[in-house]
Amino acid sequence: MKKYDVRTTISYPTKGAMGKTGNWRVFTPILDKKKCVKCLRCWIYCPEATVIRNKDDTVDIDYEYCKGCGICADVCKVKAIVMERVGEKE
Amino acid sequence: MAIKDLPREECYLPGSAACPGCPATMAMRIVFKAIGKKMVMIVPACCTAVIESIHPKTSFNIPTMNIAFEAAAAGASGVEAGLRKQGREDITVVAWAGDGGTYDIGIQALSGALERNTNFIYICYNNQIYSNTGIQRSGATPYAAWTTTTVRGKTEFRKEMGEIIQAHHIPYAAQACVAYPEDLYKKVKKAKSIKGPKYIEIMAPCPPGWRFGMEKTVEMGTMAVETGAWALYEYENEKVTFNGKSKLILDGKIERKSIEDWIKYQGRFRHLFIPKKDVKRLKEIEEHVDKIWERYRACYL
Ligand SMILES: Cc1ncc(C[n+]2csc(CCOP(=O)(O)OP(=O)(O)O)c2C)c(N)n1
Ligand code: SF4
Ligand code: SF4
Ligand code: SF4
Ligand SMILES: [Mg+2]
Repeated sequence: MKKYDVRTTISYPTKGAMGKTGNWRVFTPILDKKKCVKCLRCWIYCPEATVIRNKDDTVDIDYEYCKGCGICADVCKVKAIVMERVGEKE
Repeated sequence: MAIKDLPREECYLPGSAACPGCPATMAMRIVFKAIGKKMVMIVPACCTAVIESIHPKTSFNIPTMNIAFEAAAAGASGVEAGLRKQGREDITVVAWAGDGGTYDIGIQALSGALERNTNFIYICYNNQIYSNTGIQRSGATPYAAWTTTTVRGKTEFRKEMGEIIQAHHIPYAAQACVAYPEDLYKKVKKAKSIKGPKYIEIMAPCPPGWRFGMEKTVEMGTMAVETGAWALYEYENEKVTFNGKSKLILDGKIERKSIEDWIKYQGRFRHLFIPKKDVKRLKEIEEHVDKIWERYRACYL
């Protein structure tokens, strides 16, 4: 990336600027791809941009940074996403 | 337009300092999609200045300039002039500020920039409080809402910023809401295509500030519109056009839902329900919303 030689404070765009925010999660979104109808509501509403929109408009979740807010599950009209407490299944 | 028609490109990078369920980043993603990378954003003190994250890293893949709380529109005016001198009028200048920075401390800089006909888009994400500093009341906070500076509930009604903006007779202004991303996208796109000052205000329900569950940001936005607590409209060539559910309410095709349906999910209004229902204040809120819609009908129908 181009760095600028100027006398002011400049920050550079970085994924995970505050670290791996996935470890903030108390609940984790679990996606059932068989139920998904590719409406993309979860993708457009995710405040963290951690619902990944694939080429064929299927979706995946970026667990490294997903903060576990549960909005994706809340807006999914076919209940293809459910929230599970972290550590419940291990 | 359907959701799938919105561009895939993301200029908001995951892993920022925003709270889970944040309406500001939700709105920002749509704005970035509508304008694209050829933009400069001016951000005063507000949650967004924190969401950017900590030096030397930032979560925004958009050139962003931070400026003092009161100075978003003044800063944008300077950036616009600089770009114009360099012949870079292809770059969209966007001031992005909170309701505190817009309704209250930033209003003179904003009014000045609108009056000078500055070619920029001013976007206010309205979470109805000073959230960055720990939930204080602003001119956008609704009547009876709890904040740390209105512990028994605010005693004044919010001001109508949209109508103050219209008094500047600018080419374009609009009200949108995080719950309606396609609508927001269309409004920002239109603003981008128009020369001169543009103003867009986005209703942005804030989970920690309003005290509701972080999965409910979208629902709280939908209910704000369906109860008539917030209206979706555009102001263009001196004409106000309501759209979406707000148009149906204005036309009398649907009835607005009771304000109670919206506020009972928000802890900031808890004192109106517990220990016993505050019938008087609930009625005042309902009547105030009715009065606003009567005026809307008289002026804009
Ligand atoms: C002159 C000045 N006064 C007070 C502050 C402290 N301050 C920083 S952000 C903020 C509130 C911002 O509220 P708003 O504009 O609504 O944005 P939000 O935090 O809600 O996103 C305050 C009071 C400041 N930075 N500068
Ligand atoms: S909201 Fe549900 S159905 Fe729609 S794309 Fe997401 S998971 Fe699939
Ligand atoms: S839980 Fe929240 S942050 Fe995680 S993918 Fe769903 S909407 Fe995005
Ligand atoms: S306080 Fe509200 S607006 Fe601010 S970062 Fe948190 S959720 Fe977003
Ligand atoms: Mg605010």
